[in-house]
Amino acid sequence: MIPVNLFLALSAILFIIGALGVLIRRNALVIFMSVELMLNASNLAMVAFTRVFETLNGQIFVFFVMAVAAAEVAVGLALIVTIFKSKHSINIDQMSSLKG
Amino acid sequence: MNFELIVFFVLALIAIATALGMLFSRNAIYAALFLVLNFATVAIFYLLLDAPFIALSQVTVYAGAIMVLFLFVIMLLGAERHPVREEILPWQRPVAMGLGVILVLQAGYLLFKKMGAAALVSTETGTQLSDPSVMSTMLFKEYLLPFEVTSILLLVAMIGAIVLTKQERRTEHGEGKKEAQG
Repeated sequence: MIPVNLFLALSAILFIIGALGVLIRRNALVIFMSVELMLNASNLAMVAFTRVFETLNGQIFVFFVMAVAAAEVAVGLALIVTIFKSKHSINIDQMSSLKG
Repeated sequence: MNFELIVFFVLALIAIATALGMLFSRNAIYAALFLVLNFATVAIFYLLLDAPFIALSQVTVYAGAIMVLFLFVIMLLGAERHPVREEILPWQRPVAMGLGVILVLQAGYLLFKKMGAAALVSTETGTQLSDPSVMSTMLFKEYLLPFEVTSILLLVAMIGAIVLTKQERRTEHGEGKKEAQG
């Protein structure tokens, strides 16, 4: 028997580490990984609630979140590759102008 | 303290340590490998929570496909070492730390305030939950429309990625000609 609060606490800690990664790091790829970490933390909370309420809706939503995350990573990494081609850097401080 | 609780705390320590390792590692490849380990521990948490299908999708989709894509892009760009340049916004990092601390305090307050009403997650019952056939029936009956929309989303993402990274030799050539003429 594991209290569900432990899962929620772990999920909150992972989410906060991901949010700090987005705010602190300057490398666009690491920022992207932090976004993935936050998505994972929310997935963990949803599966924990699925276990508490004994319905499968949470697991199906986690499945959809995974599909959306895969699509997001494909487009986002393509954007990063394109930006790197024109600017030769993935420091997000360099991406301050709209004009390439 | 029973066996599951010990497993939970050991895995939680590994998950938090790998997340912090991702946050503070200078090399982007090390960050990606820490994140793979983190996803693997989260998959074991899903197994503890009686969700074997989600656990295995986590391993194949996240730790497999997505992180391989990340590692591939990092090595393709050769951007694993991020050179430290001068900060454009010097106040941004301390403000981010302060806001992160506020977020930690809020989450901790909410969690410990409600700790008395802790629901227990038992691992004995729930044969219904861990059955993938029940989940697939629900997915294809109640959630059929979102499932189909997901396929369109993946198709759009695929086309978007191809269009964004395509080499545009012809248009560049044409622009160069125009500039030469102008």
